[in-house]
Amino acid sequence: MDELIEYAPDLLAGFAENLKLSAVCGVLSLIFGTILVGIRVSPTPVLRAAGTAYVNIARNTPLTLVLAFSSLGLSDQIGLIFSDEPSTNGFWLVVLGLTAYTSTFVCESLRSGINTVPFGQAEAARAIGLTFLQSLSLIILPQAFRAVIAPLGNVMIAMIKNTTVAIAAGYLADVAFVMKDTFDTTGVSIPIFLGIVVAFMVVVLPIGFLTGWLAKRLAVAR
Amino acid sequence: MPFTCITLTTMTENGDATPLVSLVGVNKHFGALHVLKNIDLTVDRGEVLVVIGPSGGGKSTLCRTINRLETIDEGQIIFDGTPLPEEGRALARLRSEVGMVFQSFNLFAHKTILGNVTLGPMKVRKKARKEASTRAMELLDRVGIANQADKYPAQLSGGQQQRVAIARALAMDPKLILFDEPTSALDPEMVQEVLDVMIGLARDGMTMVVVTHEMGFARRAANRVVFMADGQIIEQNTPDEFFTNARTDRARDFLSKILTH
Repeated sequence: MDELIEYAPDLLAGFAENLKLSAVCGVLSLIFGTILVGIRVSPTPVLRAAGTAYVNIARNTPLTLVLAFSSLGLSDQIGLIFSDEPSTNGFWLVVLGLTAYTSTFVCESLRSGINTVPFGQAEAARAIGLTFLQSLSLIILPQAFRAVIAPLGNVMIAMIKNTTVAIAAGYLADVAFVMKDTFDTTGVSIPIFLGIVVAFMVVVLPIGFLTGWLAKRLAVAR
Repeated sequence: MPFTCITLTTMTENGDATPLVSLVGVNKHFGALHVLKNIDLTVDRGEVLVVIGPSGGGKSTLCRTINRLETIDEGQIIFDGTPLPEEGRALARLRSEVGMVFQSFNLFAHKTILGNVTLGPMKVRKKARKEASTRAMELLDRVGIANQADKYPAQLSGGQQQRVAIARALAMDPKLILFDEPTSALDPEMVQEVLDVMIGLARDGMTMVVVTHEMGFARRAANRVVFMADGQIIEQNTPDEFFTNARTDRARDFLSKILTH
């Protein structure tokens, strides 16, 4: 218990990094996931094929590999640099990799949501003269989102926990890294371990409850 | 009382005698099924055209080709002097001029009744919300649902939903409204309230293509009845002539089955 109290400031600073990553990746992957699903259901076959290929590749690659690629491949080899400050650069490389990965899950959740919207809704939208993008953004996606709030919550929960893999992109600041670093000096500490578990539960559990409640409240009556 | 198509054409506004819609040699297949066979048909301005016939005869498909919800394999469809655009913005613009009322209403489930009627005018015609709302309330009043404007579609009965769907179509000031079996999904006691609205539209001179099994409506409101079976137009005539004096065996056989009970 003493180790937990002694290292609490470091651990909290690390956990704050996880929260920062979660917030940024959460917003970005919802945006890119929505764009991606638009591409996957677009009337243009080439776009659809490209979207499908991207989703299948990114979703089926282990996250550690995605993050390692964004750091070793995109940054070191290809020269994608967000900042000269290594820690800032590392942060954004994690954001890049984790967003690229999580967006595909957002996209697939939304696509299953689109499948819950009766085909007649799209026909009625087209019949009053809405374009494809208008039908998608005004009629289809608002209903699809409401149908998949709970699954989207699960995607966000998985994403928050996935921020602990940040170390794979060479970002040495998150709570999992601080924990490992602390164990290297103090030896393994069960209280530190449990402390981190509790910290994640405090963040993740309310998201589960909130999305469950929202899903009921915002359900579209048919 | 029965107008012929010719007298009607000359009576229409601005005296434009060219048909509003003309289909020339239209063919369509669903896989091996030949659903539309060499269809030639015109709809005049101000005309109420009722399409009847047995199920699976191609009536709905025909109706849906006119705003290109169904594509065609061969032939040409001309609306208001121009061939139907294939896709994109030009097609969306055409559809905004052709109202459509579906069998299953298809009101936008996440929008209020008012929201359903104002959406098209605001997003397609770019009207201000206030202007669109005022007009929408007039139309909802006309179809008798103004007091339900803030409810959601699922809170309304089928007949009410279908009347909202008609108001939604009217809000775009269409040149033509297509009705694809508008009363087929309704409980029997709600059919008349929808038909009454449609009869009112017909009296006001709206150009309408109506696929229906309501023979009473065809008699009262149609200028012309088109009988379709097996993907072909078998016969077309004024309602009086058609119902009392059908020329083909196929039509007489159909009428004997539906008019005797």
